[in-house]
Amino acid sequence: MDVQLLTYLFVGLSFALYIGIAIWSRAASTREFYVAGGHVHPVANGMATAADWMSAASFISMAGIIAFMGYDGTVYLLGWTGGYVLLALLLAPYLRKFGEFTVPDFIGTRYYSNTARVVAVVSLIVISFTYVAGQMRGVGIVFSHFLGVEIELGVVIGMAVVFMYAVLGGMKGITYTQVAQYCVLIFAYLVPAIFISMLITGIPIPQIGLGAAVNDGSGVSVLARLDATLVELGFGPYTQGSKSTIDVFAITMALMIGTAGLPHVIVRFFTVPKVSDARKSAGYALLFIALLYTTAPAVGAFARLNFVETVHGTGYADVAGWFKSWEDVGLIGWLDKNEDGAIQYAPGAPFEGKPEFDGVRGPDGQRLIRNAPTGNANEVYVDRDIMVLANPEIAALPPWVIALVAAGGLAAALSTAAGLLLVISTSVSHDLIKKTMARGISDRQELLYARIAAALAIAVAGYLGINPPGFVAQVVAFAFGLAAASLFPAILLGIFSKRMNREGAIAGMVVGLTFTFAYIVYFKFVAPGDNNAAHWWLGISPEGIGMVGALANFATAAIVSRFASPAPEDVQQLVEKIRIPRGVETPHTH
Amino acid sequence: MSSQRDDHAYWRANLKLGAVLLGIWFVVSFGFGILLVEPLNRIPLFGFKLGFWWAQQGAIFVFVILIFVYSRLMKRIDRRYGVHDDED
Repeated sequence: MDVQLLTYLFVGLSFALYIGIAIWSRAASTREFYVAGGHVHPVANGMATAADWMSAASFISMAGIIAFMGYDGTVYLLGWTGGYVLLALLLAPYLRKFGEFTVPDFIGTRYYSNTARVVAVVSLIVISFTYVAGQMRGVGIVFSHFLGVEIELGVVIGMAVVFMYAVLGGMKGITYTQVAQYCVLIFAYLVPAIFISMLITGIPIPQIGLGAAVNDGSGVSVLARLDATLVELGFGPYTQGSKSTIDVFAITMALMIGTAGLPHVIVRFFTVPKVSDARKSAGYALLFIALLYTTAPAVGAFARLNFVETVHGTGYADVAGWFKSWEDVGLIGWLDKNEDGAIQYAPGAPFEGKPEFDGVRGPDGQRLIRNAPTGNANEVYVDRDIMVLANPEIAALPPWVIALVAAGGLAAALSTAAGLLLVISTSVSHDLIKKTMARGISDRQELLYARIAAALAIAVAGYLGINPPGFVAQVVAFAFGLAAASLFPAILLGIFSKRMNREGAIAGMVVGLTFTFAYIVYFKFVAPGDNNAAHWWLGISPEGIGMVGALANFATAAIVSRFASPAPEDVQQLVEKIRIPRGVETPHTH
Repeated sequence: MSSQRDDHAYWRANLKLGAVLLGIWFVVSFGFGILLVEPLNRIPLFGFKLGFWWAQQGAIFVFVILIFVYSRLMKRIDRRYGVHDDED
């Protein structure tokens, strides 16, 4: 069977599975819609959290980014895993004990203030929509690459599937589809990684293969070979970074705090029966995530080595088929600067901007590029996102592996999109409508509003996926920076400081948000020309500024809270109650 | 109902455990993987440089272990102070 047919088969089967689960797990009450009734097994919740968390970016882009960043890729590996330690030790068990449905719910109740609740809803919606647009786009890209479908149609199909299980099943439907999606995506990620590790080092475990010797009898390790090869070509060594230590520190910290403050991750821990289950479940979640996150650096290093060794110095006429097929879709470009017919790979961009093709072929058969060449020796343009998708082709793996990768990429994108859409819809139906605007509505009405909000959120997400605002890639820093600077400190203080009051928390969130927002907007939009270490405050890039925003939030809250009366007695008692695991309210069904 | 004083002692035990585990969290990631990466990179570990290994592999393994250790030890502390959530 050819690749396309197999891909249709795998993707079709996985979609049928997701829809089957949706029909089986329809939600009948708000409690089921918001928190899956509160009786998800901790291991199942761990898998669902892992799928919820690992997005199209983790699955498709991360290994490619690490391949080209080397040591600097550490910021993502540590940042997107270390946050779970903060979540498990500082937030998840207490929020589970609190026993409500949403993150703004906690902030609104703990700070006895609808203003605080609305500030939390606004940050939640901005964070989640920023994130979800990228997921829908990811769905579209996988469809167009592997199935030859237009990106727009791919997005619509993705929307229809998410609509089925998110609107029907709410958190209950999402939880069990995410468990299935985790299994699909981790299998799809590990199989090619194991194959490639075998090919390069002869060792089937990628985490060990990364430190093993290259399988050519030289006895040189993969990383040493990579360092030597790259230095020879004029790059810095792979195992050393080019970012400053303070920036690596700040970005890692901002991503960790941001991860722990992301609402769609936090609410997953509302779905387990007990406080002790929330702790355990966070451990399983990180275990399942670490399976992919410790494989990614191996995939990245293997891919870079493969890429350099098959491409550099090879005549275009002799280069492997994958190079030409990705050139055909415009994600690889070759500009023969010295006109020797061979491909030279070196540091720096080969030409200005993304390749614009003339539509004619050059003397060697390459697509001619009209961009102005740069002065360096590099002749190759390569889009980082293709590394994971192209890896099976680069390593000449069988067609079913390629089809599997397509299904895995879709599982990663859809599971994250669904989780995000759910927190958007529940914060609208529960926090805005039920708790702020129309207090007296019944459970049945609230459930209807939740379904309508979910449907609308899917429509907006789909629109953003088809017409991505040009700045999507640039604003990912927003999602983490804003979560770090607003939600995380407010929740943490709400648990660990009994006296922290409404005034302190609101002032802290507003200062943290404003500072982080202004810093990112300034360097990304107002003065993009100044977006470099020489102009950054303390040498901290916009990606890392969330750390400073969080500190500003904590400091402001501490100072402002002193000028107002401490939290009222009943709120202090609530805090005492959430600190004790015993006596979790048993889920009641309506 | 346990007394106020017991609840305070429970909370202090909880904070102490959290502080120790977060100390380890900081040392393996920000310490070994970032601040001390250069001196550690002079030490080889199989085919890795030690600092690089902590940054891209080791710290993540330790994170996973930390959460399971926390979960296990908290359960013990919960029981000692009689605030556990097991069904009786």
